[in-house]
Amino acid sequence: MTTEEIHQLLVDQFGDKITSANLEAKDPWIEVAANAIVEVAQFVQQDERLRFDHLNNLCGVDYLEPDPKKAKKFDHDPHVEVIYHLSSYELKHRLVLKVKLPRWKGDAAGELPEIPSVSGVWAAADWHEREAFDLVGIHFADHPNLVRILCPEDWVGHPLRKDYEFPLEYHGIRGK
Amino acid sequence: MAQLVMSIEVEDPRIVEFDVRTDEMLVNMGPQHPSTHGVLRLLLRTDGEIVHEVTPYIGYLHRCAEKIGENLSPPQWIPYTDRMDYLAGMNMNLGMSLAVEKLVDMEVPDKAMTIRVIIAELGRIASHLVAMGTYGLDLGTFSPFLYAFREREIILDLFEEVCGARLTYSYITPGGVTHDLPAQIPIPPGLASLTGQSPNKKVSWLEATTMFLNWLEPRIQEYHTLLTRNSIFIKRTARLGILPRDLAINYGCTGPVLRGSGVDWDLRRDGEPIYTRMYEGYEFDIPVGPFEDAPPEAELGDNWCRFYVRMREVVEAIGLVRQGIERYPSAEGSYRLPYKLSTKLPKDECYLETECPRGAMGFYFVGDGHAEPFRARAKSSSFCNLTVTGPLCEGFLLADIPAVVGSLDVVMGEIDR
Repeated sequence: MTTEEIHQLLVDQFGDKITSANLEAKDPWIEVAANAIVEVAQFVQQDERLRFDHLNNLCGVDYLEPDPKKAKKFDHDPHVEVIYHLSSYELKHRLVLKVKLPRWKGDAAGELPEIPSVSGVWAAADWHEREAFDLVGIHFADHPNLVRILCPEDWVGHPLRKDYEFPLEYHGIRGK
Repeated sequence: MAQLVMSIEVEDPRIVEFDVRTDEMLVNMGPQHPSTHGVLRLLLRTDGEIVHEVTPYIGYLHRCAEKIGENLSPPQWIPYTDRMDYLAGMNMNLGMSLAVEKLVDMEVPDKAMTIRVIIAELGRIASHLVAMGTYGLDLGTFSPFLYAFREREIILDLFEEVCGARLTYSYITPGGVTHDLPAQIPIPPGLASLTGQSPNKKVSWLEATTMFLNWLEPRIQEYHTLLTRNSIFIKRTARLGILPRDLAINYGCTGPVLRGSGVDWDLRRDGEPIYTRMYEGYEFDIPVGPFEDAPPEAELGDNWCRFYVRMREVVEAIGLVRQGIERYPSAEGSYRLPYKLSTKLPKDECYLETECPRGAMGFYFVGDGHAEPFRARAKSSSFCNLTVTGPLCEGFLLADIPAVVGSLDVVMGEIDR
């Protein structure tokens, strides 16, 4: 199925929970409301016409341009995106789902934005979500074990945030 | 007290033994354990020799390559991809270059594609040779490792003649490859001594590669005798660590691990057009379990199956390199198109997966009109393959853990990035 058809199918099924879509992009994507991601994930995995049984990739992107010179040409409002790349072994088609989140929950710096975990749908999401939590700072609600995976447990901050500041010192090791 | 009396009254000795439990113990395996393939730490909850739970801890080799990628233009990030999967640097270069080419809409010429196929498949052979050798080491046999490295050495010599590096090549870059295949090289010393030729003799790179393939191809049968059909090896691998098809898909396993579980999926055939067009017109099989020539002990999705997929892929890769060598003289175009360090990435994003020796390696780029990507993401195949260690190792003997982890063939540099 093409992304247009999948988009139509999802809109029919979920209505305004499918918030927007870009069908002209290189990898056409469909945007889903954060609170509906688990239902949508279950639907695209189990529906006979879709059967997206493989989660290729799950990652977060922090849309913020900290450099004031570059910020003028930057088209995005500050926000965080979670991107799900899916494919189907059976039907051999692909899909990109996106969820937009605020950079901080309730705009309070330090409070991580929340999104329900899809690790119950695709087990592969378990570690990918831990990585997105660790590096991008997204809280996946209902995740079975949401702890840091690549950075040490006592690391402060989320390195792939655009406004991340490198620590000056870590256990006696000097930074720059 | 009543319970104690009851357990004494039991006469069947097996039941008594079942009652006498040892204390559970937490055993730390790694990160410096030799059979954890680098710096993988497994926390094992054991009851005597039986392992009840395996929890992998990763991140010991984390270099935040993705953060570095956001501060460099794609050609500058190429050397970092070498250091992710350091056993298959060429394939990592290829995956990243293709993702960038997809983003900027670049189509490389036929000649560059032919070189890429030859180089990537040689890289696959080298990587699978290491997988075979180190898997033998994990199971306690040393000689396959020596043979594997003897062969790999020649491939590294050939790569050295092509790009000057032996491990971190940075040879395949966005736009093509950095150099054309050399016209004249001395025969690699290892190959010269094995084939009884003078190391001073000069041949073309393609001739040397053909010579090597002619020498390697009959050796595959020897490895099968040495390892694949060895009864000790079969006892250590067959019907152990069975990964069912559904579990493999659900956990996002890719590559030989997935094909060993019976899913017929290879991105060289089923991937996106920008990747599959490289392999258009090439004939190759995709080895998928179950195998007709498997020993009766083996079962679909076990350690032996995963190992055998890799061995069969080596044979297919040899065929692909041969076909590439045949095509090379008539391939048209240049070996590279210019890609400047300052080439601006469009305001778009793209994700592309390629079939690396260890599985589907994905690169995701978000461009924002600058030369440096706004977000660079490397999705590792070993990362997903490693997640199944938990479910696979439950209930096995402690000594079988290296056999299961080794059969997944993970490279920690790629997992931790």
